[in-house]
Order: sequence, then structure tokens, then C-alpha cells
Amino acid sequence: MSLLQEVAVGEPDPIRPRRVTGPTARIVAGKILRAVVTLAFVVVFNFFLFRLLPGDPIGLYTRGRNMDPEQIAALREELNRPIWEQFFAYIRNPFDPGIDSTRFSQPVWELIGERVWPTVLLLGTAIVIATIVGIWIGIRAGWKPGSRFDKVSTGTTLTLYSMPEFWLGMMLLIVLGVGAFGLPGFFPVGGIASPGVDTSTPAGWLNVLWHMFLPCLTLTLIYLADYSLVMRASLIDERKSEYLMLARAKGLRDVMVRKRHAVPNALLPTITLIFLSLGFVVTGAITVETVFSWPGLGLLTYEALRGPDIPLLQATFLLFSIAVIGANLIAELLYVVIDPRVRQ
Amino acid sequence: MSLATQRRRRALARFWEQFRHDRAGMAGLIILAFFILVAILAPILISPESLDVTKATGERFDPPSLAYPLGTDEDGRSILLLLAYGTRISLTVGLAATLISMVIGTAVGIMAGHFRGAGSHALVGVTDWFLVIPFLPLAIVLATVLGPSTLNLIIVIGITSWAGTARLIRAQTLSIEGRPYIERSKALGADNWHQMTRHVLPNVFPLVLANTTLTVAIVILSETTLSFLGLGDPLAPSWGAILDSAFSTGAVSQGAWWYVLPPGICVVLVVLAFTLVGRAMERIMEGRT
Repeated sequence: MSLLQEVAVGEPDPIRPRRVTGPTARIVAGKILRAVVTLAFVVVFNFFLFRLLPGDPIGLYTRGRNMDPEQIAALREELNRPIWEQFFAYIRNPFDPGIDSTRFSQPVWELIGERVWPTVLLLGTAIVIATIVGIWIGIRAGWKPGSRFDKVSTGTTLTLYSMPEFWLGMMLLIVLGVGAFGLPGFFPVGGIASPGVDTSTPAGWLNVLWHMFLPCLTLTLIYLADYSLVMRASLIDERKSEYLMLARAKGLRDVMVRKRHAVPNALLPTITLIFLSLGFVVTGAITVETVFSWPGLGLLTYEALRGPDIPLLQATFLLFSIAVIGANLIAELLYVVIDPRVRQ
Repeated sequence: MSLATQRRRRALARFWEQFRHDRAGMAGLIILAFFILVAILAPILISPESLDVTKATGERFDPPSLAYPLGTDEDGRSILLLLAYGTRISLTVGLAATLISMVIGTAVGIMAGHFRGAGSHALVGVTDWFLVIPFLPLAIVLATVLGPSTLNLIIVIGITSWAGTARLIRAQTLSIEGRPYIERSKALGADNWHQMTRHVLPNVFPLVLANTTLTVAIVILSETTLSFLGLGDPLAPSWGAILDSAFSTGAVSQGAWWYVLPPGICVVLVVLAFTLVGRAMERIMEGRT
């Protein structure tokens, strides 16, 4: 009786027409709207941060550099306009091709355009390898917590997790690049390719791969530490579920219980967390690209802050924020699609 | 001694009894005790002159020897002494920035959980914003605008790392506020301040402590990263700043591993120790509830 009643409550009313926008569409729209608002705040913050602080902004823009009095006068003219006028000029198009870098005398977005691909190549490779290896380690460790494998891998990953990624990069560079402790230096000490090598030929690609090995190894080790710890914790949580006991009671072998039931459910939060951790990925990119002089966005950020080159710094901050907000949005939408509980 | 004090003292004794049997947690605690001792004794054992560039006695990039157990830096100073001083700076920055982060995080978390309406929504919105924005680019722009100094470094790290704590504390506050004794105190006429400080705060405090320990670990890593990027005080040799000068003076291409290896090991040990202690505290508290 009570079961029947429950079913009746869940049944849609046959008289009323079904609404076109279900709860899923509403949730998705809400999430997209929130991402846009977050981004809008980044743009506003980006504008006011460099203008509302006490002190002479000209000093900040020109710190540590010789500039023509003419250039300084032009800059002062620009900054003397009413603040709201400057604000609207900025928010109308933060990607204005007219924004010049103060250090490279080149438009900032042009500079960034040149540096995007090396970063995508390096981070993409590192994230893919780290995801596969990290999840594999996490599954093995989390399925038998307290086992020998678990103890060794958790100890190692916790140590890697406590490491500044650039320090690991510097050590790998000294030992495997320059050569120390009796080892000859085998790998290149920096850059994306040897001078004079044409990177559009197969031999050139190999040269790029050879240059990419150490920075990629550094980032992979750091990222996989994070991913495997998350996967391990997620699987340990899943092991407590009752449906696993049912699967075992049915007589399913341990391997199948793991593969068919526990891992797919434990993967969901892990994959989402990998997307959510893009901010952490960006940190690694900035410092590791710096150590290996890898000509990507991270090294560009370092060059901008050492200037300091304010317009370039603003642009890289905006770009990284867009990337991270975008990845967060994807993670949330993924959850809506995969996990039916979110839609209720 | 009031009843509440007695009860808290007993709870603390029980907590310590359990912590003592947690091997990983105790290992972390011993490592921390060692580094804190070094940080306190550094100015007593080492004269500031031995860190003076103009009075340095060693050669440039000397490998480890009896006189310089960890070799020398680009100015011929002993790296061992630099490290001991760096412990002081790194730990000070780490603890101070954590304090700022915890105060902001706890206050925002409790208020966002206690109040209803627009104010609470605004607090949650700000928290979410800080959670989403990538930490390092945000810290870089803030530190560049404020200028390089140790105090600014503390401020920058403090105001960029509180959001995770705030979210955790808000969730905990919401669950505590559902308990009957909060309703009872409301019925007795307690105002918002009294409810938040006398009823909610003592209840979220154990969680704050466990979270603090884990936050210090992250904050010390952040300090190392920002100092490595040259955003700290150039004259204060924190571990990150030592790695910065090793990198910018070409210690890597010279193969001077003794300049790079030790500061990193110090960072790893301290961060790992804080993480182990924090995880042990979490384990004990989870087991209890």
C-alpha cells in the first residue's frame, strides 16, 4: 500500500503539459551564470587593484626601468582621465589588441598567443600521464588500505605532495640535466628545442620531446601525488557502501567487485577534483616553466612579475582565471550529467 | 575551576592519550619540535656577522667540507647557517599568515552559517570567488602591487588562503545551529554575538585546530613558492628566498646541489610534519564522533 502511494506521488500529472525546461536546464543555466559573474568580478578586480592603491602608479609601472619622459607623460595623461572613463574603456574590451606590454614593446595578447601552445603541450601531457598513473596507484592503495603497497605509495605520494614543484625540477635538472653524483648530464638544461632545430620536422619533434622530458616528469610526479591521494580516499569511502556487500553476497569475485562496482563510483569525485584542481596545475606551470626556461605562459608570467610589467601581468591573471573558472564549470556540468542525485 | 573547564581539560587529556599512540602524528610532532627549536635558538647560536656578505670567509660555491658542512653560496657564506636563519623566517611567515587566514576563515564561516539573508549570501559569494580564483596568479598580482617585503608576503598569503577554512566552518556551523541547545539559548534571550562566540565557536574550535595544522603546511609551501619568485624580502633568507638566489646565481648550471638540496629538504620535512599531525588529529576526531 505505502509503496504504491509513493509511486503515485512520483508520477507526473497527466493533465498538465510537461514543462520544456526541466530542472537540469535550470541548474546548468544557473551554473553558467555564476561562472560569468565570477569572471566579471575578476575583470573589475583586475582594473581597480592597480589604480586604487596609494602611491604613484607611474612608479609601479616603471619600476626598475628607464623610460622616455615622453612615454611617462603619455602614461600620466592616460591615468589622469576620470577613473570611470578608464574603467569603461577597460571593461569594454579587456582583450584590446592595443594594450602594450611595457617590457617587450609588443601587444600583450600577441605575446600570450605565442606562448599558449608550449604550455598546453607540457601541461596536457603531464595531466594525462598523471591522471592515468595516479588513479592506478590510488586504486591499488585504496582497495587494500594498510597493505605494503599502500604504505609505500602513500608515503611516497605524501612526500611528493609536500614538495615545492620547482625544487623537484631543480634537483632533477642538477642530477639528470647538468650531471651530479657521478651521473653524466643527459637531458637538456632548458628551452623547448636546441638552437637551430626546425621544430616542424619529425627530428624537430623528437628534439622537443627530449627537451620536454624533465619538466614533464617534474609536473607529472607532483600532480599524480595529488590525484592518487584523492582516488585512494574516494575508494576507501566507497568500500564502506552497502551495495559492495551485496555484490559480494551475490558471490562476485573480489576483482569484479572492484572493477564493476567500486571503481566507477569512486572515479566520479576523482575526475571532478582533477578538473577543480586546475588552479593548482597553474601554480606548477608558473614555477616549473621558469626553472626549465620553457617558453610558455608560466615563464611569461615570471618575466612579467620580475619587470614588473603590469599590463602583461593583468592579462596573464585574466587568462589563468578564465581557464580555471572554465575548468570548474566543466567539472560542475559533468557532475550534473553523470550524477542523477545532483539534478533532484 | 568551572565545570566547562574541567570537561575541556579531560577531553584534552583523552585526545593526547590517543594522539600519543598515533605513530605518524608523533613523528610529525617530533620533526616540528626540532625545527621550532632551531628557529628559536638561531639568533643565539649564530652571530648576524656570519650572514654578512662583506664578511664572508668562504669561496664561491664551495662544496661541503668540515668548515662548511653544507658548502657555501655565491658570496661564500655557509649554507648551514643560512638555513638555520631561514627556518626562523619561514616558520614565522608560515605561522603568521596561517593566523590571519584562520581568523578570517573562522569569522566568515561562522557568520555565513549563523546569519540568513543577503549578508550571508554575500559572504558565501566572496568565499566561492576566492576558492575559484587560481591562488598563485592572484598572489602574484597582490604581491607585485604591495611590493616585496616579509610583512606584505604574510598579508598576501593570509588573504588568499582563508576560503577553504571558511567553507568548512560554515558547514559545521550550520550543523551545530540545528542542535536544540542553540534554540534554548535563543529562547533565553541570547543575542547573535553571544550565540556565535559562546556556543558555535567552542564547538567548531577542534575542527579549526585540525584545519590550522593542515593550512600551515599549505601556507609554508606558498611562502616558498612566492619567495622563489622574488616576491618576499630580498634580504630575509627564508627557504624559498635561498632557493631563489640559488636559481638566479646559476647554482643549478654549476651543479651546486648542496645549495639546492638542503632548503628543499627542510621544506618537505616541515610541510610533511604539519600534514602528518593534521591528519592524525582529523583521524582521532573522526573516530570520536
